[in-house]
Amino acid sequence: MARTVNRLSRFNMTALALGLAFLYLPIVILVIFSFNASRLVNVWGGWSLRWYIEFFNDRAMLEAAWMSLRVAAVSATLATLLGTLAAIGLARGERFAGRALFSGMLYSPLVMPEVISGLSLLLLFVALNAERGFWTVTIAHTTLTMCFVTVVVQSRLASLDRSLEEAAMDLGCNPVKAFLMVTLPLIVPAIVAGWMLAFTLSLDDVVIASFTTGPGSATLPIRIYSEVRLGVKPEINAICTLVIALIAVLIVIASFASKLSSSQGESAAPL
Amino acid sequence: MAEELAKTANNSTTEKTAPRRATDMPLLRIEGVTKRFGNFTAVNELSLDIRAGEFFALLGPSGCGKTTLLRMLAGFETPEEGRILLAGRDIAQVMPHERPVNMMFQNYALFPHLSVRDNIAFGLRRAGMARGEIAARVAEMVALVKLEGMEKRKPDQLSGGQRQRVALARSLARRPQMLLLDEPLAALDKKLRESTQAELMELQRRLGMTFIIVTHDQEEAMTMASRIGVMDAGRLAQVATPRDLYEAPASRWVAEFVGDVNLFEGQVISREQGRLKVTTREAGIITVAEPRQSVMKEIVTVAIRPEKIKLSRRGLASGADALQAINRFEGEVAEINYLGGLTAYRIRLDNGAVVRSVMANTARLDADGYGSSERVAVWFTPDDGVVLEQ
Repeated sequence: MARTVNRLSRFNMTALALGLAFLYLPIVILVIFSFNASRLVNVWGGWSLRWYIEFFNDRAMLEAAWMSLRVAAVSATLATLLGTLAAIGLARGERFAGRALFSGMLYSPLVMPEVISGLSLLLLFVALNAERGFWTVTIAHTTLTMCFVTVVVQSRLASLDRSLEEAAMDLGCNPVKAFLMVTLPLIVPAIVAGWMLAFTLSLDDVVIASFTTGPGSATLPIRIYSEVRLGVKPEINAICTLVIALIAVLIVIASFASKLSSSQGESAAPL
Repeated sequence: MAEELAKTANNSTTEKTAPRRATDMPLLRIEGVTKRFGNFTAVNELSLDIRAGEFFALLGPSGCGKTTLLRMLAGFETPEEGRILLAGRDIAQVMPHERPVNMMFQNYALFPHLSVRDNIAFGLRRAGMARGEIAARVAEMVALVKLEGMEKRKPDQLSGGQRQRVALARSLARRPQMLLLDEPLAALDKKLRESTQAELMELQRRLGMTFIIVTHDQEEAMTMASRIGVMDAGRLAQVATPRDLYEAPASRWVAEFVGDVNLFEGQVISREQGRLKVTTREAGIITVAEPRQSVMKEIVTVAIRPEKIKLSRRGLASGADALQAINRFEGEVAEINYLGGLTAYRIRLDNGAVVRSVMANTARLDADGYGSSERVAVWFTPDDGVVLEQ
């Protein structure tokens, strides 16, 4: 059985290669061209780190990158906090009135078109007369990414054996302490994974950010988008390569975290 | 069967040697406890006394409320009505962490992120014990359950039997007044289960602690417990020693639930010299000893365990001795199930009833065994039958 799976037929090999190429060739080309010495985007002029240096001297671009990182970090943290609490409420809470409605509403950003979320948030901020900038983008991203954290944490909580918390109470913990001493350590990997997910989602969002940001507080994707409209500079390739690297690292960490989390879950499961 | 009886005898000595408290008050008194889940009544006005040092088993089919009752003792469920007195104090509404009671969970519920040592020390740390004392107690517990050298392992690095020991050590570490065990051996394989049963009994005797075990396995309950409470639909059907439960079941339901039984329903036609004659549709007239509590009803059920029903070839034609002649029927062997130590027969009596008989295979070369369709005599003494009124 394993042999037939491991040994790929020629057809499967070709299909796999084409599929991967379709997904990753544009990215590979982007990465390669970020090291291009030429000023022209589509002409290869030899290897160089020129555009990376250019980026690190581009004040506006750096500011946008710094803005993006701050928004991503703060919104991911808020989303993780709220998302984890919502997950606990849904997984552990008694059946409260409106539970189904709450859970449905919580997950609506998963399927809601971003244009609609962005527009409605914009209308809200205008109505509230809130000055658009760092905080409006951060709040918008928190509402966008919270549900992803909830999904990750709730599935972890659902897989945990409830008798673990009961055992902790039996051994002298009050319910809060039982949660902190036993459940929390076991869901930390899922919380970390949720944070990473929220961070990357915030980092690459254009639509909602463009609705909710104000003058002088553009995030990196918005900045790149507006630059590209004036013509693609090789510097953009360098920035994008850096973003790809950052996101790749975060995704690897997140997947390790959730893997760790699920392997612990197996041992917690009844025999 | 003999083995079973020997174990039973063992248990009764355990009961006698178990430390008694000075007062007459039982350690645990359950008074009219009722627990409902919505429309479903899991435990229904149940009352029970358990003395200190007892090894008590709650036995019953799944859904009978035994686990709910145990969880009420641990504090995970709160009864709607009734009181639970532990050493005279009503703990029905007390939170689990404030009860001097510990529980061993069915799936062990070991904390996967903590080592064996930290699992065992968990409850001690919560109790605010001094560091040195904790280390000493953990070492004592580790030795008690024979897990030396495993202290640093995580639960997922242990075998099923080792996890069971860690769970036991963890629940014993706080020296509870009462240990609750929820199907503690259900996850172990048969061989391991038997040796663990013996270890649990030995441990309970040594510690003199009150154990309350929940199980659906009657053999397990019979082997380990000094008293058994059989539960059915949220009520206690009978509370008795293993021997009484088997030999003197209180009702038809108990007789059928515990072990195998032949039941004959019939009408009482005469009672003289402490003997009752019951006329049954299936087996004609059966004579049984009148129970101590005199029978009030007209329609009764006579229960006879299969091993009490003897078979013989002898005397088929000639008159059997007087003892045998009282309850003696003829029939033919309908089914033979060889089970190793025992052979179970089904005999179809001439008047239509089918009775089960179990005989020990006491000789290796059994030339005397009964063959299929062979004519046999079936007999039992009046003392072998139990009269049941419900």
